[in-house]
Amino acid sequence: MLRFDPWKITLIVLVSLAGFIYTAPNFFSAQQLEGLSGWIPQRQIVLGLDLQGGSYLLLEVDTSVVQEERMENIVEEVRSVLRAAKIGYTGLGVSQGSVSVRIRHAEDVEKGLEVLQGIASDVSANILSGIPEKDLAVELEEDGRVTLTPTVAALQASAQSAVTRSIEIIRKRIDGFGTTEPTIQRQGDNRILIEVPGLDDPERLKDNLKRTAKLTFHMVDGSMTAQQALATRVPQGSQILYQEEFDQSIPILIRKRVMISGENLTKASPGFEQQTNAPIVNIQFDSIGGRRFAETTAANVGQRFAMVLDGQVLSAPVIREAIPGGSAQISGNFTVATANDLAVLLEGGALPAPLNILEERTVGPSLGADSVAAGKIAAIIGFTAVIFYIVISYGLFGVFANIALIVNVLLIAAILSVLQATLTLPGIAGIVLTIGMAVDANVLIFERIREEIRNGKTPINSIEVGYDKALTTIIDANITTFIAAAILFQLGSGPVRGFAVTLGVGIITSVFTAFVVTRLMVALWFRATRPKELVL
Amino acid sequence: MFRLKLVPDETGIEFIKLRYIGYGVSTLLVAASIALFFVNGLNFGIDFRGGTMIEIETEGPADVGEIRGRLSALNLGDVQVQTFGAPNDVLIRVEQQDEAVASDQNVVEAIRAELGDGVEYRRVDVVGPKVSSELVEAGTLAVLISVILMLVYIWFRFEWQFSVGAVLALVHDVALTIGIFSLLQLEFNLSIIAAILTIVGYSMNDTVVVYDRVRENLRKYKKLDLGHLLDKSINETLSRTVMTSVTTLLALLALYVFGGEVIRGFTFAMMWGVLVGTYSSIFIASPLLLILGVKRDWSIAASDPSGARP
Repeated sequence: MLRFDPWKITLIVLVSLAGFIYTAPNFFSAQQLEGLSGWIPQRQIVLGLDLQGGSYLLLEVDTSVVQEERMENIVEEVRSVLRAAKIGYTGLGVSQGSVSVRIRHAEDVEKGLEVLQGIASDVSANILSGIPEKDLAVELEEDGRVTLTPTVAALQASAQSAVTRSIEIIRKRIDGFGTTEPTIQRQGDNRILIEVPGLDDPERLKDNLKRTAKLTFHMVDGSMTAQQALATRVPQGSQILYQEEFDQSIPILIRKRVMISGENLTKASPGFEQQTNAPIVNIQFDSIGGRRFAETTAANVGQRFAMVLDGQVLSAPVIREAIPGGSAQISGNFTVATANDLAVLLEGGALPAPLNILEERTVGPSLGADSVAAGKIAAIIGFTAVIFYIVISYGLFGVFANIALIVNVLLIAAILSVLQATLTLPGIAGIVLTIGMAVDANVLIFERIREEIRNGKTPINSIEVGYDKALTTIIDANITTFIAAAILFQLGSGPVRGFAVTLGVGIITSVFTAFVVTRLMVALWFRATRPKELVL
Repeated sequence: MFRLKLVPDETGIEFIKLRYIGYGVSTLLVAASIALFFVNGLNFGIDFRGGTMIEIETEGPADVGEIRGRLSALNLGDVQVQTFGAPNDVLIRVEQQDEAVASDQNVVEAIRAELGDGVEYRRVDVVGPKVSSELVEAGTLAVLISVILMLVYIWFRFEWQFSVGAVLALVHDVALTIGIFSLLQLEFNLSIIAAILTIVGYSMNDTVVVYDRVRENLRKYKKLDLGHLLDKSINETLSRTVMTSVTTLLALLALYVFGGEVIRGFTFAMMWGVLVGTYSSIFIASPLLLILGVKRDWSIAASDPSGARP
């Protein structure tokens, strides 16, 4: 017990020192740290959103929209391949998750099936069999209909890619806000978790995420006015969309056919109209888009075209002359801020499917700062109270325990800094709780030593037996709490997870400091003083 | 030399004699908690019920009645408005919206539009129906799994009698915690689940310390009758039990008083749990060993862990 190998002493002291060194950066500002040379630890504890302020959003990608679009595309493909093969058909449509069509003449059925099979393409090789799977199951039903049903593999693949693309686009949009270090993660099949620290205006972020930002250019149908169409009937191939202007919804009759879509955009930036100085968005098309835009404008001088964003007409100007060069301006009652937002949205691209916000947790910067301040005060007061109580209970041994306690807190802070674990408000509570519970190991040891003294053992014997017998109890007792912390970590999220981290780390460090560090101190003290009688 | 000792060196309290009082009190309290849970229910926070919670700070002291009136006019269903800590700090809770009519996100927009720019939004929490039901599931699961794992661990380290005793004490602690939240109608949210899990860990910790001593004494005093042996073990560990509870309570008290409104519910649950957990280790977990019966001959324990006999 009294013998500690020099290397053991060195190791214990080194670990404690490491705790101090790796905690130290937290006491300096980022600017101060920057000036230091590279080998000095600079990592600071990462504060959770509840402490530094920010937004946590859990989004769900509405993949059903992607599936619906896919069905419509299949309908179009069926139409074109059958037409190309000169096969007559009826009843083409979508029903119950599959596209169905009836081949008019019985002799065409075989050929029809063949061309329809051709629509299907390989999704990906089946992981188990290695055989490529088709994305469509083409079947001839008993009643003579041919059905084309997307396979499970195809549905999964398209949902997967929709989520992946959504994440890319979300990242671009959030980067457009100029915020620092957003976290964007996929969760489960079709969910995306976003954490954006230190955001001034969470509402604007949410607005931008809720918008699909699907931009399309259409010609306005000039065969009749929108009012006439509404009164009688909308011509085939056209539809009524509305333009919001001065708190009014103006109906506009536009052709469904898409002239150019946002996919052909390469650049979008906010700007001002030269004559009126109104905010606009300048866009630049890629070569295909630019050519198409030039051709269409050349062919339709004097007519109107409409810029449509997410089913709403932004503006519908008259084409005065052909516009070559592949660039255009979008106007439409913008303010500087909305023009800016739209540019960011267009540049990022359209979301493949709408996003639903399932959960939002936003903490303003002032509440975060208040929580940090409150947590600090509580930690300091709690710490002081415990330290005082330990000293008046155990005297010199209490001082040893308290030194170990300080080392413990430093080690927790050091581990959190090195691991870059997130510290949340419940996390601070975890540390304070650990302070209270860390003492437990020492209490177990000291109470045991007291007992052994009462039983008439010599001082050295009492200490030895005390540490020895308390160990199994300490381990058993701490493992149970550790189990609870591990489950919390697994099942919890955000702030609760932060609590689990500090509690779990605290349990490990407290066993080390309470058992090893105090033992070293007691041993050194005992060797130096050799007391005849142990007063504890 | 002065030493503060809340528990004298040698105590000879006959806890086992008091066990029927303990059983009676605990049975009554657990029954009351269950009754409260079903009659009163729990004041679920939005984590579990879904809905919107907004904390705002007004410039001067807030006129809660006026805010309530303005928000009620928005037709958002059940709207609760109350001050939260400081007089200019206001907490607004809005029930979950019927998805067919409006989304919970619209609630935030409507409230922001109504209250304008004169207030600061300190916190906005919106939990949709899918997430809230998942959180209920995850929370219940977490508590169940932790209790089962404790049961297995104690079984593995001791004997089945110990694990049954410990787990009954745990169930007792969890029931009483839920009971007090139902009685006082304190908000029951995710952080309370975290607190309950910690209570489970803490209460187990306490029980294990006593059990460890019981096991040691079983090996040491082969002839001592079980009741006295349990008494002896509880008394021997009593000063430690009290000491640890006091240090933990001191730390928690500091958090409760100074840690801010956000974690007050959590620290309250923890303090209650420490008290109940300490009580249950002494008055429930240990005396239960007498009923369950414990193997007396521990000399062969190492070679035959399943050799339990009543």
